[in-house]
Amino acid sequence: MEEIQLLGHGFAVALQWENVLLMVAGIVLGVLIGVLPGLGGANGIAILLPLTFTLPPVSAIILLSCIYWGALFGGAITSILFNIPGEPWSVATTFDGYPMAQQGKAGEALTAAFTSSFVGAFVAVVMITFLAPLVAQFALQFGPPEFFAVMFLSFACFIGLARGSPLKALAAMMFGFLLAGVGMDGVTGQLRMTFGSMELMRGIDFLVVVIGLFGLSEIFQSIEEGLRFKGARARITLGTVLRTWAELPRHWALFIRSSLIGCWMGITPAGATPASFMSYGVARRMAKDKDSFGRGRMEGVVAPETAAHAAGTSALLPMLSLGVPGSPTAAVLLGGLIMWGLQPGPMLFVEQKDFVWGLIASMYLGNIVGLIIVLAAVPWFAAILRVPFSIIAAIILMVCAIGAYTVNSAEFDVVLMLIFGVIGYVMKKLDYPLAPLVLALVLGDRTEESFRQSLLLSEGSLAVFFSNWLVGGIMTLGLVMLFYPTLSKLWAPRMQPA
Amino acid sequence: MSITTQDSVLIPSAEAAAERGPSQRGMEIATAVVLMAAGGIGMMDSLRIGAGWGTDGPQSGYFPFWLGAILALASLGNLVVALRDHRRGARGPRFATWGQLALVAQVFVPTAIYVAVIPLAGIYVSSAVLVAYFMRRFGEFRMVTSMLSGAAAALVSFVIFEIWFLVALPKGPLETALGY
Amino acid sequence: MMLRRRQLAAMGAGLGAAALAAPAFAQAAWQPQRPVQFIVPAGTGGGADQMARVIQGIVSKHNLMNRPLMVVNKAGGAGAEGFLEARNSRGNPHVLIISLSNLFTTPMSTGIPFTWRDLTPIRMMALDEFVLWVNAESPWQNVAQFVEAAKAGRLRMGGTGSRQEDQIITVALQRATGATFTYVPFRGGGEVSTQLVGRHIDSTVNNPIEAVTHWRAGTLRPLCVFDSRRLPGEGRITETMGWQDIPTCKESGLDVEYLMLRGIFGAPGITPAQTAFWVNLLERVAETPEWRELMAQGAFNTTSLTGAPFSEWLGREEERHRTLMQEAGFLAAGG
Repeated sequence: MEEIQLLGHGFAVALQWENVLLMVAGIVLGVLIGVLPGLGGANGIAILLPLTFTLPPVSAIILLSCIYWGALFGGAITSILFNIPGEPWSVATTFDGYPMAQQGKAGEALTAAFTSSFVGAFVAVVMITFLAPLVAQFALQFGPPEFFAVMFLSFACFIGLARGSPLKALAAMMFGFLLAGVGMDGVTGQLRMTFGSMELMRGIDFLVVVIGLFGLSEIFQSIEEGLRFKGARARITLGTVLRTWAELPRHWALFIRSSLIGCWMGITPAGATPASFMSYGVARRMAKDKDSFGRGRMEGVVAPETAAHAAGTSALLPMLSLGVPGSPTAAVLLGGLIMWGLQPGPMLFVEQKDFVWGLIASMYLGNIVGLIIVLAAVPWFAAILRVPFSIIAAIILMVCAIGAYTVNSAEFDVVLMLIFGVIGYVMKKLDYPLAPLVLALVLGDRTEESFRQSLLLSEGSLAVFFSNWLVGGIMTLGLVMLFYPTLSKLWAPRMQPA
Repeated sequence: MSITTQDSVLIPSAEAAAERGPSQRGMEIATAVVLMAAGGIGMMDSLRIGAGWGTDGPQSGYFPFWLGAILALASLGNLVVALRDHRRGARGPRFATWGQLALVAQVFVPTAIYVAVIPLAGIYVSSAVLVAYFMRRFGEFRMVTSMLSGAAAALVSFVIFEIWFLVALPKGPLETALGY
Repeated sequence: MMLRRRQLAAMGAGLGAAALAAPAFAQAAWQPQRPVQFIVPAGTGGGADQMARVIQGIVSKHNLMNRPLMVVNKAGGAGAEGFLEARNSRGNPHVLIISLSNLFTTPMSTGIPFTWRDLTPIRMMALDEFVLWVNAESPWQNVAQFVEAAKAGRLRMGGTGSRQEDQIITVALQRATGATFTYVPFRGGGEVSTQLVGRHIDSTVNNPIEAVTHWRAGTLRPLCVFDSRRLPGEGRITETMGWQDIPTCKESGLDVEYLMLRGIFGAPGITPAQTAFWVNLLERVAETPEWRELMAQGAFNTTSLTGAPFSEWLGREEERHRTLMQEAGFLAAGG
């Protein structure tokens, strides 16, 4: 097969010693960037982009893409240890990862997260290797109506997941949507709900809200029990890693399902964040024991991490082959390609074989190197939990403040973070679920935008959402998912013969 | 700002101070009212920019209007539930005891001051003070240790952000004096 | 000092920019004393951001300055936040801002009070071109056929953002042809051109760099360029055509012209010596091979202006944008 040959050549490029060094440096930097909330993959790469001017393009892209892998790995660390998502796509990882850490299973959760990330990325790279042209063709089918259908499906998978009062879940979700609407309307350029405030014109950034809602509120809540963290201080060694590995193959079906969801969402390109939510939602739907989700189930870590990493990796494919970034980070990488004198798009695979296959080979190698590095560091990461509260709390607060600031370089965002810390504290204590709020906030404006774009295209006709097999199929799947809880309740009595 | 100020009417005086605190229901009612107001504000602003359905699909205010309406209705529902429980007179659980809230305030107040001071003193100096304060106050570390650790934390982040990554964070008079 | 004077003089002569007044030479050479904030009034990954980071990379690679440039994105309020930040740094020579067309459009469409006059114009680095693209499978081979089709039935025009350059061109097109387009805003240029390849929309006014790869792959077709002269660049891009083979819209009978500013501004109230330092620095940036490469890749119009001619140009463009925005009804109430 031609691909194998080209890939072999790519490995020869990627395995040059200076490229391997860059790979290791990139992963370590990326993990650091991923750990610091706010300083996400996109910012991190944008910041380092000018440094790559002195490198040949292949080395430059290897360095930058390894920073990206590192950031994908690193996002999970603070989610699990402190309930602070370092990256938007690791929000879903907090749902079960943080409870696991609280039960003293931080090592298991981290190992599961890193391993799933690796599996997701690996599946995506294999797909890129062999199916790139086909997949690019598929991505072209996605116009605004299809995009809306995908968003609708993400919501449909997730709705009905919350325990407790449905009215509260509804209120939380609507609140999230409203927050997403603040700022400039992307379709008409009108200002919405800004009330003349410059600060609100910026819009309310998802990461700022999440840092407050999850991170700060967790600090407030845990000190109610005294000035310490709940995280049990279990000893974690490399043995923990091996024990967790022995358990993971049991979830093979989950791995496959989550990887597929991730690849699909990365290509369309909806991105890693909806992929992680959708995958988590589906995993819970399919589980026999639904109520244990959100209380420290390993599947709750595996599903979002696998999907997020698969999506993050496959998001590079439309970037390379079409010039459409599938994620903010891919958008910055795209700028990098142009800076190095390469034209992303269909001709890249034809004319820049060295570059493309060097990059693909580095995806394999970078993820292997990354997995080894982060796994080796698991005991070390988990040891952070043993640092006394008096030291770690202040440092977390500082990191949160820096993170909130760097999102938009705005001091107001730090204030916003504090406000959402209080809101999160109150909502948690009153059993308002935070997940619907966050989901609505992160997907809200893109969903609305694609809906309105679709109607502009169809000149106002709603039939556009069932105008071809693709969009119609996704919408139908979404509707089925939406009403699945009701349907399954109708079935349930018959299923219990007792 | 602080939660401690809200709804303290329902506390029976006989209870020990540590067991007192704002009631869960009082907070439920307050939250529902606040969210209803948020929905209402969203609806009002949407009407201003047009919340109808134009020839080419919804106008700018269409979604915020209806989302605000659903938020207000859902919150009304929550309010009714909370009020109904309230009227039955059942003494529900506490939202938190005053003792717990005092603990929360011990962290919240310094954090709020920290956030307020960042624009004036810059993030590095404020962070150094915050870290030193926490260590001294909650960890009972020695003064010198606390101050040195605070300075070290600020210095490390300064090197990472300003020098390695060339990310400009808020700076104050001290950094300006040093030429940054 | 000699070197700098020679360069400045050469540039002045080369561009006819007599505006660099003599006093600038006489002043003691100014150097930045602290890291320089380079504000981008747009998000990461867009055209302005890319250009700012290219400049940052060039400055550090060629050691053009003894202090680092720190790129800061201030995208809030369609870039208003960034412009206001620069305006409020009066007299601070360590603040630069790169502008795109939102320098004109944002204050008009949002009513936030600022103009380019609140800043110190330093140098026009280049002008970004716009090309009318259609899908290669569409029946429209030239502008006339396209206009005819647009008049016969509503065509869908995709573009980046709303009330910004792409929509303004669309409005200008409507005015010139009498046809009505359905304008559909997307988030970025790459997305717009892919939507056109996937035939979800009928036409776009993408920048050359955003669509060139699809042109080469044979999926898009350029109809005309919105400039008074044809695009620069020798050689072929596809098997049969090069940039210079795309007719201008005007010669195809469509009298619409639009170019987007890529310029650098400083804070208001900086001294002539400080302005001269930045003019000189940017001049040296523009001479590097990396910059030339970027210009060639994006088929930029490499006109550069400084001083008074730059200010005159800005004044004219501002008026033109006001007229176009007014006709389109994009002006903020009372703005």
